[in-house]
Amino acid sequence: MGYPHSHELEVGTILSRHFGDPEARDLKTWLTYGGYEGLKKALDMDPAEITTVVKDSGLRGRGGAGFPTGLKWTFMPQEKKGPHYLCCNADESEPGAFKDREILRWVPHLLIEGCLIAARAIHAEHAYIYVRGEYFPFTNILNDAVVQAYEAGYIGEKILGSEWNCDLTVHIGAGAYIAGEETGLMSSLSGGRAEPKIKPPFPAQSGVFGSPTTVNNVETLAAVPMIVVNGSDWYRQWGTEKSPGTKLWCCSGNLVRPGNYELELGVSLKDVIYEVCGGAPNGKRIKAVIPGGSSTAMLTPDELDVPSTYEGLQEAGSSLGTASPIVLDEDVNIVQAMRRIADFYAHESCGQCVQCREGTSWVAQILKRIEVGEGRLSDLDTLYDLCEQLTGRTICVLADSVVFPLRSSLDKFRGEYEALIGGRA
Amino acid sequence: MKKVHPAVVSAQAFQVADLRPVERLFDDAEGKDRRDKALSRYPEKKGALLPMLAYAQERNGWISPENMEEIAEALDLTPAYVRSVATFYTMYAKRPVGKYWIQVCTCISCHVNRGEEVFEAFLEHTGTRAGEVSEDGKWTVIEAECLGACGFATAVQVNDQYFENVTPETVPEVLAKLEKGGSEE
Repeated sequence: MGYPHSHELEVGTILSRHFGDPEARDLKTWLTYGGYEGLKKALDMDPAEITTVVKDSGLRGRGGAGFPTGLKWTFMPQEKKGPHYLCCNADESEPGAFKDREILRWVPHLLIEGCLIAARAIHAEHAYIYVRGEYFPFTNILNDAVVQAYEAGYIGEKILGSEWNCDLTVHIGAGAYIAGEETGLMSSLSGGRAEPKIKPPFPAQSGVFGSPTTVNNVETLAAVPMIVVNGSDWYRQWGTEKSPGTKLWCCSGNLVRPGNYELELGVSLKDVIYEVCGGAPNGKRIKAVIPGGSSTAMLTPDELDVPSTYEGLQEAGSSLGTASPIVLDEDVNIVQAMRRIADFYAHESCGQCVQCREGTSWVAQILKRIEVGEGRLSDLDTLYDLCEQLTGRTICVLADSVVFPLRSSLDKFRGEYEALIGGRA
Repeated sequence: MKKVHPAVVSAQAFQVADLRPVERLFDDAEGKDRRDKALSRYPEKKGALLPMLAYAQERNGWISPENMEEIAEALDLTPAYVRSVATFYTMYAKRPVGKYWIQVCTCISCHVNRGEEVFEAFLEHTGTRAGEVSEDGKWTVIEAECLGACGFATAVQVNDQYFENVTPETVPEVLAKLEKGGSEE
């Protein structure tokens, strides 16, 4: 069951079954729902065994990049020379994405359990959940659950009578998108500006506080307990060979039924938009869909009949990202919408790399100029040039993130730009 | 003194200032307790910086230079470093704000659901310009980047609360609810 709407196409088994049920936040009730069974099983397993199950399940990182989760865990040193850390990335801030907040809000114990199992798999003694600062109400729900879990012996020393100790701390951010980038997150968690760092060293070698670290997304970790309980084949009954399992979709923009839906990977994007979410309200025509959050390339309505897998959307020239389609109907001014997106990235650039700090602002300023009717045709060439200058030249991919929607809007909606420019050279 | 579990280093809802004098952070038992608990959760003192900045804001409604100095001393950092971190993050108020700090999301999903009109409506009904504190000290209205509530557009955050599916027409209701001390949920 999704929230606030549900649909028959939903799988709704793994992540969203208890969305909308406030009772699920309480440990006592949660245990009657089968809570912490995965942790109990994991405590009887060798850490390497846990990693193998997750690897075999094909679970891929749900924060946008889709990196295989089990494989990521194997990068951690097998022999411990000092502390290891797990960071759960709950700094959800990609425009369009609002899935992690629903997990924190409705099933906090599922996330805690996922963190503990992952921590065990990577030999970590402390898990940090980095929640974006704006999520006060959901952080408080999570905090209540953490305290309950500590008091009941699910977190802390000698967990559930075993020999294994693990602490868990909820750490809150303060409004920086870039803290969602894994190296930015680690900079922020260790008490700094959320500035991304060049890799290598990779987090598994030298991460937060200089120790081996794994960073996983909330939705990724929330999928782990049921995979451990039911096995990798069970998880693979959904999705495709390369993109197994279910995914929480966050559908927003001009839609009849926006919201969260847990759907099988591979469902047609067209069905998500029209069947599940009911298309655009008031019988309006859809003009564009940004399928994976604001940093992905725009698709036109005739490009939507693609399987929503990591590979499927890549073939369609875009990206599954966080599976957060933003739907723009016929009344939306594409130039203005693109300027809104560019404003976001200009505002959130951390300022370390000149290309990004200056380039994202230039994009926003040029788009604003076109939007208010003062643009020139040469501005379009400048924007294309900026697309080149902003790609692959910076420490992190924030600069690239503005290029994907920008270039696609220029390619696919050039007419709208030209109409606003009106032939000025 | 508020009882706080050691695992909870920094998620108490912050209270925004009634423009009251800035309290020192670590002179009383509560402040010392919050500081020591935060320090116990990180292998390096510096790790407790964000929780302590949040605590200053929770306690005083904004983060004054004096509070930054106190934090610097507690964590063995320089005041300049603390300031460099505090100014990086938009949620830390570096000057006093109104009792109700209203952040209206105008990012893409809210933009196509009348976010800018909602923002204008808040300015109009509070009689303020963007970012300024109203004369009675009650309201500060700003535009915010994505609040992570895109499916519930337009999203508005007021202090520690979310108001969702806000339209220009429902802005007076939101303000009335706040004046009565009510909340969304």
